[in-house]
Amino acid sequence: MPVIQIDGQEYEVEAGQNVLQAALSLGLDLPYFCWHPAMGSIGACRQCAVVQYLNADDDRGRIVMGCMTPVADGAIFSLEGDKARGFRESIVEALMLNHPHDCPVCAEGGECHLQDMTVMVGHRDRHYRGKKNTHRNQYLGPLINHEMNRCITCYRCTRFYRDYAGGTDLAAMAAHDHIYFGRHEEGVLQSEFAGNLVEVCPTGVFTDKTLVKEYTRKWDLQSAPSVCTGCAVGCNTMPGERYGKLKRVHNRFNAEVNGYFLCDRGRFGAGFVNSDKNLEFPGLRLTDGRFDALDHHAALMRMTTACHSGKVAGIGSPRASVESNYLLRLLVGAKNFAPGFSDAEQPLVELAFSLQQNSPALTPDIQTIESADAVLVLGEDLTNTAPRIALALRQSVRNKAYEMAAELRLQSWQDAAIRNLAQTMRSPLFIATTANTRLDDITEDRVSLSPDNIASLGFAIASLIAGEPVDEIDQALLRRAEVIATALRGAQRPLVLSGTSCGSAVVMQAAAQISQALCKADNRSMLSLVVPEANSLGQAMLTGATAPTLSALSKRAAAKEFDTLIVVENDLYRRGPKEIVDALLANIPNVIVIDSMDNPTLSASSLALPAASFAESEGTLVSMEGRAQRHFPVFVPAHERRSSWVWLLACMKELEIEEVSNLHHFDDVTRACASQIVALSGITGAAPDHHFRNVGVKVPRQTHRYSGRTAMHANISVHEPKQPTDEESPLAFSMEGLNRSQPGSLLPYVWAPGWNSNQSLNKFQSEVGAPLKGGTAGARLLLPTAGSVNRGMHKSNFTSAKLQSGQWIMVPRYRIFGSEELSAKAPAIAELVDSGFVEINNVCAQSLGVIEGDGVELQRADPQVQSDMLKAPVATLQVRINDTLAEGCVGYSAGLSGTEDIIVGEPLALQKAQGWQRPSPQIIGTDGGSNV
Amino acid sequence: MTMRQNLIAVLSEGEIAEIDAELAHVPIPAGAAIDALKIVQAHRGWISDESLKAIAQHLGMSAAELDGIATFYTLIFRRPVGEKVILLCNSVTCWMKGCDSLQQNISDQLGIGMGETTADNAYTLLPMTCLGACDKAPVLMIGDDLHEDVDPQSVAQLFQPGAEEQ
Repeated sequence: MPVIQIDGQEYEVEAGQNVLQAALSLGLDLPYFCWHPAMGSIGACRQCAVVQYLNADDDRGRIVMGCMTPVADGAIFSLEGDKARGFRESIVEALMLNHPHDCPVCAEGGECHLQDMTVMVGHRDRHYRGKKNTHRNQYLGPLINHEMNRCITCYRCTRFYRDYAGGTDLAAMAAHDHIYFGRHEEGVLQSEFAGNLVEVCPTGVFTDKTLVKEYTRKWDLQSAPSVCTGCAVGCNTMPGERYGKLKRVHNRFNAEVNGYFLCDRGRFGAGFVNSDKNLEFPGLRLTDGRFDALDHHAALMRMTTACHSGKVAGIGSPRASVESNYLLRLLVGAKNFAPGFSDAEQPLVELAFSLQQNSPALTPDIQTIESADAVLVLGEDLTNTAPRIALALRQSVRNKAYEMAAELRLQSWQDAAIRNLAQTMRSPLFIATTANTRLDDITEDRVSLSPDNIASLGFAIASLIAGEPVDEIDQALLRRAEVIATALRGAQRPLVLSGTSCGSAVVMQAAAQISQALCKADNRSMLSLVVPEANSLGQAMLTGATAPTLSALSKRAAAKEFDTLIVVENDLYRRGPKEIVDALLANIPNVIVIDSMDNPTLSASSLALPAASFAESEGTLVSMEGRAQRHFPVFVPAHERRSSWVWLLACMKELEIEEVSNLHHFDDVTRACASQIVALSGITGAAPDHHFRNVGVKVPRQTHRYSGRTAMHANISVHEPKQPTDEESPLAFSMEGLNRSQPGSLLPYVWAPGWNSNQSLNKFQSEVGAPLKGGTAGARLLLPTAGSVNRGMHKSNFTSAKLQSGQWIMVPRYRIFGSEELSAKAPAIAELVDSGFVEINNVCAQSLGVIEGDGVELQRADPQVQSDMLKAPVATLQVRINDTLAEGCVGYSAGLSGTEDIIVGEPLALQKAQGWQRPSPQIIGTDGGSNV
Repeated sequence: MTMRQNLIAVLSEGEIAEIDAELAHVPIPAGAAIDALKIVQAHRGWISDESLKAIAQHLGMSAAELDGIATFYTLIFRRPVGEKVILLCNSVTCWMKGCDSLQQNISDQLGIGMGETTADNAYTLLPMTCLGACDKAPVLMIGDDLHEDVDPQSVAQLFQPGAEEQ
């Protein structure tokens, strides 16, 4: 490792770094703006200037930019020299010429990198007496606020938005002192990752509009380490609370998972926690059908009584924690416990688990996905089903650029140079899906195929890689397969991505076969399978492949096997056709629903119990890569809201069930689950238990500047109430404790002296951009199994379903905003959610005689019903024309209103809806209110 | 009338042919962005939002990306200009040689300030940093014609009808 000299002291530094990286990694304070650890250097802002000396005799030196200067053995630098200090101060002074003095009303104030750097360089007195430039701001949608006057032209926004995330509607306009970062015209920012601008912008140009509406300074937020519940990726988050309301979600760095970035569903989708549809008290249904509020004790007694008979069924949820599901399963017995998937989804998730468990290929984390040098995606529209992975694939295709750079001995952080060098050269990415995706612009080839044909393509690729004869397929498809097989075989780190979202088991099997064939061919092959929800994989691990489905439970309910049904955090009407769920709920006398927010299932219950949301409770979630991660309560749930596991454990204690007699704390439940369920034995490693102390003290949820604790309740009493104690975790609802060097899973917020912004993360990392000092959060439950490489491949022996004429296969089209149940209820996201629709291609549109905006009825061909009888359509939806849809397929907006009864993959007949009213244009009305 | 014509968004066949000729010389279409803007501006006088979108679509770029390029260059006009654009050099040499009074006289003569267009849509007055003729300062351009050693007192003659033929 090279040794460099900084201000007379010698340091050993990492080879290949630049001076700024090295200095920050050494814990030295060197100001910067445009450099970002995930985006590299461009040398635009001139803020990280240092003096470099030619040799020991050189007493003058020259000013160089830290971020553009590679470290070299024996190099001599000065950070503290007057020349460097003066230069850096004058840079901030120049940047401040046009920067307004509006910090008191700026949403960035108190966590502003520009404030931090201004203080750091010591700039205080202003010499410029002229007028400041002003700009007109743009409406950028309900999520992001725009205040261009604050811009210091570091270019980080466009570098993230365009270069890193592939967005096309934000650009740098004009030149000189009137540069403007914005859209061509006002409108909603189109990138699914636009929310990261809030954290990427070093000042207050792009701020969180949802936070600005009911604003709280960073230092007044109470935060806890949490995990996003928006999809199965499991990004780490730091939600912040004040006055019992979730105010905002910031990224919590995890080197292996989300790194520095979240998607907008994750960042803005947690607003459902504040919904006015939240339950605050238990409700007992009276004979007149209305609910009467109960206190928690009375509710618990009712619940216990209902469970006494022992004829209890339970339906868990892939969006509830491992612990809640484990307890429910323990309460009702494994054979009476359904994991809460739809009938179609359950075998798919189980298959995703078993394929990854038995695959010789590596199940990659996101950091590893970014290292892939050839990628094949089968059947997944990643931007809408696992958005953070789509962002990772945008980085993986740049590996070609890094290869080209390495040949020229360019350092990997030379961002502008490498992008110029590579232009449109990319590592290969192939996508076979039912229709277009948001990654099409970076693919080498994207093809629209029906799910069965995607599988055929996959099996053909697997056979080609394995050198086996290929089943008979279409010649065009075979040529595609040959190109893809060659690219994957030629790669060092090939990745095959698939998942449950197109509703086809054979597609996933094909993906697994390709990665297995690649393993045989000695490549370091990776297989990643996307599952739908935050704890889908955890559910599959909990129940194994033998759990009853919803229909199975429903049949047994019809046979009057059950007196009581307990549903935990699940809206069954999103899991199956209405008549099946109606029948299930009607056939069981006591229906107890534990959930945080009102929904149709809860409204149909006889006893409703208020559950604490993810932000108010502790829980373990297993992400799609099999990573067990813990979320901690950000704030204490109000009123009678309790974590689901608390309700269940209390009930089981009342029932005197022996297995729970020794369970007292959350950690006891986790340990019990780990000891009972083999696949989940690693979950205790997700985070330290409640005994953990950080150098003898707890980890504080409040910053040391947390203010107004007494004033908060002064309208009720001037005596400050005792802070709630946290018996269940190593975190404290207090400012007291130590937020430093603890395990990464216990990081509630980032702050360091002199570093109030999120850039203080540098101080928590082992070296800049590298894993946290306390270690990376989460415990991997899926490890590659070396032994299974030699198992014989089974040939594709599936037969495509024969379609009758006039029928189309229903393929889901997911939406990042709307397809997920809870995030769609966050007010800001709700404005971006469309009403339900079907997508059809031109051939289909012509045959139906419809155009964009017309309505169509979807009918099930049911041999039981005579054709002339009136049948209610499965759905009536608006038509969108999308000519990229595969032949024979019709897309439906999965998870959006009106599509609940459509079953993935089923063939339906379509006809033009008569008397269809075209919906009036959608109006987005958020842009009122304060313009902070 | 001119304004109306400029709002015609779709690129004409002639414009498309000229742009396509440029496209043949570049490896990626975005490389012809500046040429495409110049071509359309030559036909229409300026680049309207509609023209911009049409060009962007033709080049397979987003409107924002192309607008970033269009607004970077001061000689791509994103607002309507008169039939002739007066580019008055105000860099150091011309400033020493009296470009300020030159501008004053032009403004008096035409009744427009910097960045403005005459009521008859004949002229737009714009500042320009160096026309590359410092040895003959002060200089200005009217349309495509460079006028050297301009005498502030006689500048008015340049705007008389028929002045350009002389």
